[in-house]
Amino acid sequence: MANTMQVSLVAADREVWSGEATVVNARTLAGEIGIMANHQPIMSVLAAGQVDVRTVDDGHWVAAVDGGFISVANNQVRLLCEYAELSHESSYEEAKRLLDDRKARDETTDN
Amino acid sequence: MAVSLREYRARIKSVESTKKITRAMELIAASRIIKAQQRAQQAAPYARELTRAVSALVTYSNVKHPLTTEPENPRRAAVLIVTSDRGLAGAYSSSVLKEAERLAERLRSEGKEVVTFISGRKGEAYYRFRNRPVRETWTGFSDQPRYENARAIGEALIGAFIADSDDTGDAAGVDEVHLVYTQFRSMLVQEPRSVRMLPLEVVEGEEKPDADEVLPLYEFEPSPQSVLDELLPKYVQSRIFFALLQASASELAARQKAMKSATDNAEELIKKYTQIANQARQAGITQEISEIVGGVNALADANAAAE
Repeated sequence: MANTMQVSLVAADREVWSGEATVVNARTLAGEIGIMANHQPIMSVLAAGQVDVRTVDDGHWVAAVDGGFISVANNQVRLLCEYAELSHESSYEEAKRLLDDRKARDETTDN
Repeated sequence: MAVSLREYRARIKSVESTKKITRAMELIAASRIIKAQQRAQQAAPYARELTRAVSALVTYSNVKHPLTTEPENPRRAAVLIVTSDRGLAGAYSSSVLKEAERLAERLRSEGKEVVTFISGRKGEAYYRFRNRPVRETWTGFSDQPRYENARAIGEALIGAFIADSDDTGDAAGVDEVHLVYTQFRSMLVQEPRSVRMLPLEVVEGEEKPDADEVLPLYEFEPSPQSVLDELLPKYVQSRIFFALLQASASELAARQKAMKSATDNAEELIKKYTQIANQARQAGITQEISEIVGGVNALADANAAAE
């Protein structure tokens, strides 16, 4: 199909998602970026935030990422993040635990 | 017989319980290796993509970065030694420590001061026992490292590398960073390896992109420099993560092997002791019989004499 592209979201310890998609929306340091099929090659730094992908079968998923990279080339979009989590896979308890961890770490570094 | 039958039985029992423990440890290690290998496989896509991005960046933009610049006159080198937290893994920790010693020796002969960083309790204990200075240690994750661990180590190493090497004391910067870990070749072979990590030589990666692959002409946003600034530390961390994962798989394989031979030895011992115990028992019976026969004979002789 002409107006789809291969998207993969890769975290440091696993491949989170990969498949065909029509639109990818992400936040980069330079601002929001929206990518559709046959985009020109680009490499950019992602800001912490969400990545929004519309898949071929009218599906849609959102993932939280902690910053990383997006590289687009040859109709392939690669999102590289140290941590990435799909919204429908994440759990409140896990998120809360991470948040508490992070807070504890920030407090110790502040002092 | 110096040792009585009862004592042999007690020994056999104790060896049997040791065997049960080593057997259990062997099975645990075996089941964890599979998991460790899976983790290494799952981490591969990230490392591959990152390597590809870095080589694209380095090929298409001529930006300089502190992490890739060779210092003119390297005087101090950091060595990160990846060891295990727990023992009972055969020669695993000692062989990686030996490799580290060799590397430190070489660096010293090149006139560089060696600053040691350690991951894993075994290495920490080894250095503390010998009263050698260690800059920083990380422990508690050697059998299943997480990315956070690699990130913490990476940040410390990059921090030391960026810091000015003219300083002295605790926060003195280093000019090179080396990594000593154990490479997992197969279940039977694990090799201690040392690699120089910083300054980065980007081209030699664990997984090179194919040589004939033409890299696309990327546009960098906001700028090649800022992308590189973000990318290189992550590249370093990903390589540390790779080393930690390799080390954990190696540790488990070494432990499985060590525990297997311990179990085999226990079996041998049990066999030997059982044989000796049987001999002792037989000797006891023989002796009793000969005593009875001797007694009967003596009685018969006495009766004959009386008649």
